[in-house]
Amino acid sequence: MHDLQCESLSKRFGAYTAVDSVSFDVPRGSFFSILGPSGCGKTTLMRMIAGFETPTSGDIRIKGRSVLSTPPNKRPVKMVFQHLALFPMMNVGENIAYGLRCRGENRADIARKVATVLDRVGLPGTAEKQVSQLSGGQKQRIAIARCMVLEPDVLLLDEPLGALDLKLRERMKIELKQLQHQFETTFLYITHDQSEALLMSDNVAVMNAGEFEQIGAPQDLYNNPKTGFVAGFVGDSNRWPGRALSVSDGKVRVAIDGGGEAIALAGDERIAAGGPVELFVRPEVISIGAGSENTLGGTVESLLFNGASSRILVRMANGHLVEVGQAVMDGSVSIAPGETVEIGWSRSHGRAFSVAG
Amino acid sequence: MARTDIGKLSLILLFAPFALWIALLIILPQLGIGYISLREKVGPGEYTFGFANYIAFLSEPIYWNTLLRTAWMSILVTAMALAVGFPVAYYIAKIAHRRSRAALFLMCLIPLWVSDLVRAFGWIVILRETGLVSSFLQKIGLVSGPVELLYNDATVVMGLVYTVVLFMIVPLVSTLDGMDNSLIEAGYNLGGSRFTVFRRIVVPYAMPGIVAGCIIVFMLTAGSYLTPILLGGKNSMWFTEQIYEQFVTRYNWESGATFGVLLLVFTSFVVWLGLRLTGQSLASTVAKD
Repeated sequence: MHDLQCESLSKRFGAYTAVDSVSFDVPRGSFFSILGPSGCGKTTLMRMIAGFETPTSGDIRIKGRSVLSTPPNKRPVKMVFQHLALFPMMNVGENIAYGLRCRGENRADIARKVATVLDRVGLPGTAEKQVSQLSGGQKQRIAIARCMVLEPDVLLLDEPLGALDLKLRERMKIELKQLQHQFETTFLYITHDQSEALLMSDNVAVMNAGEFEQIGAPQDLYNNPKTGFVAGFVGDSNRWPGRALSVSDGKVRVAIDGGGEAIALAGDERIAAGGPVELFVRPEVISIGAGSENTLGGTVESLLFNGASSRILVRMANGHLVEVGQAVMDGSVSIAPGETVEIGWSRSHGRAFSVAG
Repeated sequence: MARTDIGKLSLILLFAPFALWIALLIILPQLGIGYISLREKVGPGEYTFGFANYIAFLSEPIYWNTLLRTAWMSILVTAMALAVGFPVAYYIAKIAHRRSRAALFLMCLIPLWVSDLVRAFGWIVILRETGLVSSFLQKIGLVSGPVELLYNDATVVMGLVYTVVLFMIVPLVSTLDGMDNSLIEAGYNLGGSRFTVFRRIVVPYAMPGIVAGCIIVFMLTAGSYLTPILLGGKNSMWFTEQIYEQFVTRYNWESGATFGVLLLVFTSFVVWLGLRLTGQSLASTVAKD
């Protein structure tokens, strides 16, 4: 059973196509993310689901029933806005009670439900507080509580962590995931931050220029990207332009522009010998030292220390700069800038995609 | 040390024109008016002090009736200006395209280019017995003879609303402009009807603008002179007219000053009462940051 289904949904503004024939299903109780750069149409998509935009064509079904003719205030989807949109003229309790009062529930029920939902988001007894007295993370939770108290079928979240500072954002990611578990409601989460999407979601759709590039579980997207865009957008990756020399058995031999050759998995079917390709290799699969299936020579340019995701920057003989993942940088590995090194990775860790045009 | 001295000096210099303006043009004349209002003429060049002028005001029903009528009609004008101005302001601030917004706002301000007097005469040209409306009605045969549309209360109220509605629109546009559209969308998303969103979200948010607009409009209307006189004629019974008459026609400065003080006190009282009845305060609305 699917809580939310979109079927070849499109939205055009004049000649501009914001959302181009997008289809997806969100299973009940799952955390689904739409990941894409700004301007890719993800906000338009969400606004169509919430009912603030009318699709040019296609259908939106919630629990199997089309909601296209349902006005936004009658749809069983609630939305957490980018800047939360808590009502400044109401206190916390009134903010949460707003939706219940719109439904015309009686006072005793409202008071009980508000207290219960505040308990569930971990802010009991804050009903009398003013919104301005809350911290960023607390506002976030109130915004979610305000929606969840109405028991929606789907909760839409429009980059709600964007306004928070880094530390809080890290904590809220985990908290959001826990809240979703606790409420067992379908979450549709929109973000341009791939780490948010990968960390929290059961499924992620990568969106680019109005279309879905790939839908899949986070591991799947990370390890088996289907397009060059996904390979480049999800996670960090080294990316080199080159040319396919030969294709056989799902493997491509790539001549990297500027010199050097490597064998990689063929990412798509359109790769043909002689055609332009892009080669993607993630930093963490590259190791320093000879003996791998693909090897290239270069000079260490600098060491970038960042705890567990530290990097070594290597300038290759062909002029490209390579990021090499180095999880341990405690001095036990003796690499210094200026040293000549060999870097290598296995054939199944590189991926080549054809370049259009 | 030197820095704070410079800071103080610049504060004093910047504040001086305003302080002078308030002191010399507002406070001093008001004190003078207050002083004159307490003075009684007993003979040529002979005066005593007391509340006789105020007692005279209260004992003459036509005076306090005029004051009450002025206040009442000003409240009516304020309410109508709000009713007309709010949709206009909402359209300019929230619905209109970004590009057309400035043009619309400018169009609202254009009537201010023309003087009050000329605008009032404009109404006269339209509404008098031989005016445009009257001759049009006769032409299409709705009325047989000329109709006089001037010199009644409805015309005065309409003319005043027309004159002051701008001062309602401007503060409303600026408050509504600062309102995040997502608040309105959140209001719908959580299940609110149009009316609920308007009553529980838009109006409370716009309250500072509504209060500011209403105070400005009410004070301007209660103190206006030209429009009621020109459009209402002798029947207008506007309180400023009484003040003018006392000062100029009767040359009774004592009585005129008394009326002036009473107008100020009474309109201030109405504003205070209005804030009280609607549960607003100046601190939470007009002075809100």
